[in-house]
Amino acid sequence: MDERYLGDGMTTQRPIVRFENLTLGYHRHPAVHHLSGEIASGSLLAVVGPNGAGKSTLLKGIVGELTAMQGSIALSGVERRSIAYLAQQSSVDSSFPVTVRDFVAMGLWAEFGAFRRFDTKAKQRIDQAISAVGLSGRERSLIGQLSGGQLQRARFARLMLQDAALVLLDEPYSAIDANTVRDLATLVRQWNTEGRTVVSVLHDFEHVREEYPEVMILAREMIARGETRSTLTAANLAEAQRRSEVGSHVDDATVCHHTNPGEHESGGR
Amino acid sequence: MSIESLADLPLISPFIEFGFMRRALAGCLALSFGATPIGVFLMLRRMSLAGDAISHAILPGAAVGYLIAGLSLPMMTLGGLLAGIAIALLAGGVARHSVIKEDTSLATFYLISLSAGVLMISLRGSNIDLLHVLFGSVLALDDDALLLLATFASISIVMLAIGLRVLVLECYDPSHLMRISRLAPVVHYGFMLLVVLNLIGGFHALGTLMAVGIMVLPAATSRFWVESIVPLLLVGVLIAVLGSAAGLLISYHFDLPAGPTIVLSLGAIYLLSMVIGPYGPIVSRIRPRWHFSH
Repeated sequence: MDERYLGDGMTTQRPIVRFENLTLGYHRHPAVHHLSGEIASGSLLAVVGPNGAGKSTLLKGIVGELTAMQGSIALSGVERRSIAYLAQQSSVDSSFPVTVRDFVAMGLWAEFGAFRRFDTKAKQRIDQAISAVGLSGRERSLIGQLSGGQLQRARFARLMLQDAALVLLDEPYSAIDANTVRDLATLVRQWNTEGRTVVSVLHDFEHVREEYPEVMILAREMIARGETRSTLTAANLAEAQRRSEVGSHVDDATVCHHTNPGEHESGGR
Repeated sequence: MSIESLADLPLISPFIEFGFMRRALAGCLALSFGATPIGVFLMLRRMSLAGDAISHAILPGAAVGYLIAGLSLPMMTLGGLLAGIAIALLAGGVARHSVIKEDTSLATFYLISLSAGVLMISLRGSNIDLLHVLFGSVLALDDDALLLLATFASISIVMLAIGLRVLVLECYDPSHLMRISRLAPVVHYGFMLLVVLNLIGGFHALGTLMAVGIMVLPAATSRFWVESIVPLLLVGVLIAVLGSAAGLLISYHFDLPAGPTIVLSLGAIYLLSMVIGPYGPIVSRIRPRWHFSH
């Protein structure tokens, strides 16, 4: 096993994301606080934790949709705009009459922008992405005619064309059929093999154990971080559950009481 | 076929005989090419009602121009432009971040602007002037007004052609656009500006009550005929051209007020399309569902 799975602060590879004493929240209410750690370039990391643990919040922080209330997030080797991010709630208005092809093509935005014409090579790449997610033959369908699983495949194809060094997936498989999960998970593995860093928020622990070498357990703070086999344990998950229940009372106050970040660094349990 | 026999055809003779009919037709063509594509996007963004509110908001602005300079095209255009932009900013914000109920606040804009506008015109003007601003004067378009309509239509077409990709993305996935591009706010406000420009064009030709008609009706009609975005734009323009030409002819032959007749013709095409259009509520229900199975 590579050294980078030993836990935070001990990575040997250059980190693509580094956060320090990071507190993120909404309307002055912190949702996740005092996170410190880094995500090594090329890692395949699952983020798990109870509902309201701040998992999505962390991804939103990395992608820049939320600004840090305290502490910092630093990216290296990747531009914020070029992060491939799959939001938990699809923001796509699927009643809008756009074809699968045109929808997927928007993944090439970084290269072609709003005005440049797609050349033959670009069109081939769009077709390849559509075929990679198993939607060949549906290119001319409107996105509103797709099933939930098919729309998720289309979102993955668009993500794929973004050709990003850092891929963030927020619950990519919720309410998706088993076949689609299997196909999309294969893609995720392939992206990681290509050297991309993938961070996924997931609920299915079995899936995490099979697919993700590294895990981060959140419950409004870092509960544990490290190699999946030794970190994703019943004890750590129970601790996460307990902390999130306690935390939900404490954090009704707008002021964050946890002032000492060191107290909450519990990586590598 | 000679010119003389062409001139006998009831579909063509009014346009050959009368300059005001040719001008009216040209004005309608400009509106069809400019306003209808904008209307398609308004519909797809679920902002048709906002369009209506903005069209009424133009009235008090134009009325201020009228109080200052009478029925002056530049002054009423300028006033309408300022008022329209102000309300577009408000209405756009309401439609996007609706903490308060959107329909209610739009109805509020609509009522306040309409009554304020009517009141201001009545302060100084006659009932004729009032009819002019409420229902337009498509049969009395002068050179300046035609030039204005043509300019607005040209601006719209060019802007849409340049910005089509980004506007489409902004419509169906605004938060994605916000992440990947800095253009998102430019697109939103640029689009709202095009809405205002075209509504002012519509205001001069069809009046404040009918201006939004040539924007919304053909757009809604085209949804009964085609599915994807570019055909929606093209079919919408075609329907607007046919409907407004038909309206002009009917109003000429039956001596009816032109503005409302144009809007009613568009309305008739809408109702007809609802019945016979392949994506209308009737045909789409009785057609076999095989096309969903592949």
